[in-house]
Amino acid sequence: MQAYELPQDPFNVIITGVGGQGNVMASRMLGDMLSRRGLLVTIGETFGASQRGGSVMSHLRISHTATWSPQIPAGRAHVVVALEPTEAVRVLAAYGNPETIALCNTRPIYPVGVLSGASAYPSPAELREAVGALTAQAWFLDATDRALEMGNPILGNIMMISALTALAALPVERDDFEAIVTRTLPADKAAANLAAWDFARRHFVCP
Amino acid sequence: MSSTVIDKAGSRHLLMGNEAIARGALEAGVRVAAGYPGTPSSEIIETLAAVAGERDLYVEWSVNEKVALEVAAAASFAGLRSLCAMKQNGVNVASDFLLHLAGSGTRGGMVLVPCDDPGALSSINEGESRHFARMVEIPLLEPGDFQEAKDMLCWAFTLSEEIRNLVMVRSVTRLSHASGSVTFGDLPEVGGRAAFDCRGTLLETLSDPLRGPLIPFPVPVHHARQQQKLARAVALFESSPFNGYDGPEHPELLIVTSSICSLYSREAVHLLGVGDRVGILKLGTTWPLPPKFMRSHLRRCGRVLVVEEVIPFLEENVKILAADLGPWTFFGKMDGSLLSAGELNPDRVAAAVAQILGISYRPVPEAYAARAGKLAETGAPAREITFCAGCPHRASFWSIHGALQLDGRQGFVCGDIGCYSLAMLPCGFSALKTLHAMGSGAGLASGFGKLRDFGLQQPALAVCGDSTFFHAVLPALVNAVHNRSNLTLVVLDNSGTAMTGFQPHPGLPVDAMGDIAAGIDIVSLCRSVGADVHVCDPFDLRRTRDKLLQLLATEGTKVLVLKQICALSPEKKGKKRFRMSVDADKCLGQACGCNRLCTRVFMCPGLIWDARRGVSEIDEVICAGCGVCADICPAGAIAKEEAV
Ligand code: SF4
Ligand code: SF4
Repeated sequence: MQAYELPQDPFNVIITGVGGQGNVMASRMLGDMLSRRGLLVTIGETFGASQRGGSVMSHLRISHTATWSPQIPAGRAHVVVALEPTEAVRVLAAYGNPETIALCNTRPIYPVGVLSGASAYPSPAELREAVGALTAQAWFLDATDRALEMGNPILGNIMMISALTALAALPVERDDFEAIVTRTLPADKAAANLAAWDFARRHFVCP
Repeated sequence: MSSTVIDKAGSRHLLMGNEAIARGALEAGVRVAAGYPGTPSSEIIETLAAVAGERDLYVEWSVNEKVALEVAAAASFAGLRSLCAMKQNGVNVASDFLLHLAGSGTRGGMVLVPCDDPGALSSINEGESRHFARMVEIPLLEPGDFQEAKDMLCWAFTLSEEIRNLVMVRSVTRLSHASGSVTFGDLPEVGGRAAFDCRGTLLETLSDPLRGPLIPFPVPVHHARQQQKLARAVALFESSPFNGYDGPEHPELLIVTSSICSLYSREAVHLLGVGDRVGILKLGTTWPLPPKFMRSHLRRCGRVLVVEEVIPFLEENVKILAADLGPWTFFGKMDGSLLSAGELNPDRVAAAVAQILGISYRPVPEAYAARAGKLAETGAPAREITFCAGCPHRASFWSIHGALQLDGRQGFVCGDIGCYSLAMLPCGFSALKTLHAMGSGAGLASGFGKLRDFGLQQPALAVCGDSTFFHAVLPALVNAVHNRSNLTLVVLDNSGTAMTGFQPHPGLPVDAMGDIAAGIDIVSLCRSVGADVHVCDPFDLRRTRDKLLQLLATEGTKVLVLKQICALSPEKKGKKRFRMSVDADKCLGQACGCNRLCTRVFMCPGLIWDARRGVSEIDEVICAGCGVCADICPAGAIAKEEAV
């Protein structure tokens, strides 16, 4: 059981985004892969508003020894994966620390307040600056845009997870991903998911 | 997930708390399960329904929680093990029967699983179901993690048969909707026939609990027997493996906790590094508390912190038991160490423990926290929840709001429970002015509709969803028709219980297990009680608004059914009916007389405002292609084209 090294125990990952983006699916997929490796995983999430455009978060606790609280304490996230870039700022501000790794999908989803003009959405430069002020280790990935080129924006989430497991040195291999998608998806969808996984490893993860 | 929850003994899986609860029931050999959908409880019934065929179960979504409890009780009376699941306030709905059921007792093991929602993450109340256990005198269990959720469910059936009464197992959102590792036990052979042995006198069941009528009469005799059963449960609780202590022999502070709060407490002690000073007494059997066990642990230390959600239920019960121990000091909700509103988390518990021990705890360096606080404001604009792109409710409330404005008498909408509750926010044009229980919109409107004699000039409108209609609106509608109340009830019929994940309801021709069912037509039902009934497609904005205007001007009890399937329904999801585009030349932007009606007021997230170019734009990733915004734009800048 101890064969796989974790960077920390418990290792704390937050996947954040906007309701409807597939946060729950992404966290469940990552959790299943880690659990397949014999790790104890706890995932905390709020489903209530998950379909309806609010901010959503999944908290993953990954451990060799114990079931941890489904809520990560303030400042204790080791990695924040943001499917929407401003959510990275929101979540880092609450759960980040100077050592937290951040992965941000660059595609914005505008809050209704921004649509109506009640609030302003930060420019890409402002976003980079805000994230950069909260952690030195930030990656900005144009996952949704790349996924749109592949024909399905939802594959952006797979790219983010693929990049996360490599950049955060999580004990997950392509096999684990393949096993899960081939078990849960029809063949054509599984192939598209694997292509997205591989794409992210090639383009987003520096050798 | 269906294959996972019926996997073999010894296998370990990452399960949602609700799935763990379902697995526990399956390991106990449950045969009948019933519930009413409500976050965070719905996946319990869904998980069981998905394996109903393989495990030979009967699973139903009942019309409401009271009927669900009755359906499950019937199975128990006939000797089968049964489960009933609901969200916290559902127990209020079921409570009349609950009281009587607790009095009559049960036969086959029967477990009620309410899922509370501390912090009201998906409710408009933080109601507590634990009080019902004390109020109707049945045992209460609370699992502290995912493995326990499964194990405890399984044991709850044994306990129920031991005392021949209902057992409550209470979960909370952070357990039901979180996931963790669970190792499976054996699944029993399924079998056993149903029979209700109701021979004998009204006292028969006192001597043979498996026989005789189930009528708690004469009441005091049966009530006394019920209390003996409870005492038997307490005796079993004294040695329950679900209660345990972890910490030094004589700590400086004893934390008494249960449910998900036990994980928060453990984390708080870990964060503060005070494992040698603080002990944790984690309780799984929380009512009635086992007095001997409790006292033996309370004697460890005169300072006790009770950590629970939401109001001080455990704290009260612990204090009663500690009354004769001496001058004990208690911390918890009552002294304000922890708040009595909202949910807890590891940080809140750590703060309370740090304060009591007189130590300081800072999660991140102060400078970082200050920087973070500032950036959270500027770098992350607030994200209010809204209807999905293409949601029929946005269109419906657009018309309702428009009609009420045109009507001009300051009419208002009495809200109800479902996705459309969001119409209290700007995404629904803040149309809702009251929001209470299931069915209360129609009930309140029925009352408002009778106040004209007292000078009330404003027309009352009520909204409800299709599932809510059957759950509790029907009696209110009957009441309005019978009492000749003036109101307009708008049924937002989106063909499913959208908010909780498209569970079928009595209006649909399919049941929880996917079998054919008798779908009951809302329109004919309303007509048959004598209401004036009309039907519209809410995506037809003009017709809907005009119809509403006409109904507002008519006397009597009127019903308008707005029929359009939920944007996320399996039939619609991912399929765009229209390809949308904005003609940048036609779009007048800020200069438009409407001042950006589309993005400032209508606010479908699929339509975005490009401030640089000063025009609206379709976000192809988000737009669901419903076509409605084309009719919103007065300049005709938004075009729709039938997608092939
Ligand atoms: S067509 Fe218009 S109203 Fe409908 S989802 Fe797309 S942007 Fe929203
Ligand atoms: S889930 Fe359906 S009913 Fe609910 S907000 Fe989304 S589209 Fe509307």
